[in-house]
Amino acid sequence: MDMQVAKKKLGLKEKYQVMTRDLNWTPTYQKMEDIYPYVHYEGIKIHDWDRWEDPFRLTMDAYWKYQAEKEKKLYAIIDAYAQNNGHLNVTDARYINTVKLFLTGVSPLEYMAHRGFAHVGRAFPGPGPRVACLMQSLDEMRHFQTQVHAISNYNKYYNGFHDFRQWHDRVWYLSVPKSFFDDAITAGPFEFMVAIGFSFEYVLTNLLFVPFVSGAAYNGDMGTMAYGFSAQSDEARHMTLGLEVIKFILEQDPDNLPIVQRWIDKWTWRGYRVLTLVAMMMDYMLPKRTMSWKEAWEIYFEENGGALFRDLSRYGIRMPKCAETIRFEKDHLSHQAWCTFYNYTAATAFHTWIPTEDEMQWLSAKYPDSFDKYYRPRWEFWREQAAKGNRFYNTTLPMLCQTCQIPMLFTEPGDPTKICYRETDYKGMKYHFCSDHCKEIFEHEPEKYVQAWLPVHQIYQGNCFPEGTDPSAEGFDPLKAVLQWYNVVHGRDNLDFDGSEDQRNFAAWRAQATRNV
Amino acid sequence: MAVAAIREYSFTPLDLEEKFHGNRLLYVGWEDHLMFCAPFAFPLPSSMTFRDLVEKVLPPVYGYHPDFARIDWAAVQWFKSGQPWQPQWDESLEKNGLRHKDVIRFRTPGLTGLQGSCS
Amino acid sequence: MSTVFIAFQTNEETRPIIEAIVEDNPHARVNEAPAMVKIDADGRLIVKRSSIEERLGREFDLQELHVNLISLSGNIEEDEDQFVLVWKN
Ligand SMILES: [Fe+2]
Ligand SMILES: [Fe+2]
Repeated sequence: MDMQVAKKKLGLKEKYQVMTRDLNWTPTYQKMEDIYPYVHYEGIKIHDWDRWEDPFRLTMDAYWKYQAEKEKKLYAIIDAYAQNNGHLNVTDARYINTVKLFLTGVSPLEYMAHRGFAHVGRAFPGPGPRVACLMQSLDEMRHFQTQVHAISNYNKYYNGFHDFRQWHDRVWYLSVPKSFFDDAITAGPFEFMVAIGFSFEYVLTNLLFVPFVSGAAYNGDMGTMAYGFSAQSDEARHMTLGLEVIKFILEQDPDNLPIVQRWIDKWTWRGYRVLTLVAMMMDYMLPKRTMSWKEAWEIYFEENGGALFRDLSRYGIRMPKCAETIRFEKDHLSHQAWCTFYNYTAATAFHTWIPTEDEMQWLSAKYPDSFDKYYRPRWEFWREQAAKGNRFYNTTLPMLCQTCQIPMLFTEPGDPTKICYRETDYKGMKYHFCSDHCKEIFEHEPEKYVQAWLPVHQIYQGNCFPEGTDPSAEGFDPLKAVLQWYNVVHGRDNLDFDGSEDQRNFAAWRAQATRNV
Repeated sequence: MAVAAIREYSFTPLDLEEKFHGNRLLYVGWEDHLMFCAPFAFPLPSSMTFRDLVEKVLPPVYGYHPDFARIDWAAVQWFKSGQPWQPQWDESLEKNGLRHKDVIRFRTPGLTGLQGSCS
Repeated sequence: MSTVFIAFQTNEETRPIIEAIVEDNPHARVNEAPAMVKIDADGRLIVKRSSIEERLGREFDLQELHVNLISLSGNIEEDEDQFVLVWKN
């Protein structure tokens, strides 16, 4: 017989206290510094871990409950999407290249975030941040898995989805997101939290997920919309964690301010450089656009970021230094990026194309000060040449920035006709950068960035060919050998969208779906 | 500044000259012609003459641009690390003082890209 | 004054939540984007449990907000009865 026991329901604050703080204990067999060896060396001073506030006060039991609910909703949509051949409902097959870029550029970072938060959660002596980091670590694993599940459906039909794991380690443009996260994960626990928790999640993640996912919905991609929004539903908690970290560190000791400010300057810039990919996706890759990159930047960085940094000014924090440079770049970033991929699409695992006349009109309207003057002439020339069967494929490898690893495609702040060159000497060798910010980051920690695995230099050192390749052999074709080493099939996964297998298949399948053939 | 680290932190750079099988890296940029989205990186023997660089290496790389055939090489302005610089055409890259990972640029007066857009 | 915002997926679960927010925050502006509703407000935005419960006709735990939440900005002050976003400047 069941005994009815009257249980007093705990309030939110009490429950959080019992299920988080009260699970902590002070060790007696081991010394604190042996258990938590990584909390001092970065120079951050914490006096009282109990001052940590978690505004959501989420406990593990509630966490599982809500996450399970999110998963059920997500997989119901993914199944329906697959059963209904949803991929044939996207606006046009060019769109699918945005999903390729996402799976190869972003999803591996979700997995790295999972590892990173597990690691820093273990490193913090305070129970509040430990639990919050544990939850975020689980969230990130969930994001990674759901993205791979959702996207695997595309792999049944389209090219460029078959080897994202290896590409993360090998492909030239993917070294940009990879090196960004590797930089963060090899920093100390506090820098990681400021880098990923604050600068990326709070300041920049809206620019990644909101326009991308909203764009997916607008372009008929229910699968991507579902995993995107499902991941994003955890993001509010991650952002809040990021903001709490900053406030907590700054309230603990005035000596922490200059360290934190430098990290914010560094990581806002590092994150922004990675978002170059998102800029071109919004302005060039989505057949139906929700808003321009410039508009998204103004809303999510200038407006929201502005409010955030005004709020943090009470701690002495100011706007990241790079905000000025970025203001100059917002009219140019997406154009310069898409031109770069148009140049080098012989070495990419997705397709590029020339914007249609309609799309160019949209770009002129959204970028009245830059598109017609600087970029339209390129597209018109390339269009003319492509029509004559002389499509431009740049096959000479570019100079890269030592810090962000992006080709040196960015122009001088205030002069979009001049490439921005910066260099420095360190221990008898020259290093080159795309900007003052990347240069400053290097100069602060040169020993870290002299180890950079720059794809172009690695290719020239002979490290990116299949085993047994002889680069001195007669007729050696380095591009072909590099693509083999990538596991990218030439003529199928790369080159222009026009004439691609994806284009032909999509047209044929869509015709079958609407007619009795 | 040193990297904040739990122990001694120093590494051999990945891009030392000896890793390039007898070549050294030279970066080359063509001013006002951003249709080529970024400057190029070339692994070249230090014994190559500057003339061979210009007459053999660059044409297949830049030839797609209609301006390239119109270049008056005698009028070209050269820069090394952003400073005006005078190459000796028949001397080697080494004799020209071009070390591993140096960057040179050239400006072609009168040629400013597609429809003057610096493309 | 700085703007706070909260954004939800557009669906049947969020409809009553959004209606409640709009009623409790006369200064709020509603922006509809594809599959997403974003609510902006100057300075402060309040989400009240009681207003949502009134519309749902059942008990509502404010942590259920997370299921359909997309993003937000502002400092968070939360207890059992309300969820507040605020910039203190
Ligand atoms: Fe994530
Ligand atoms: Fe850079």
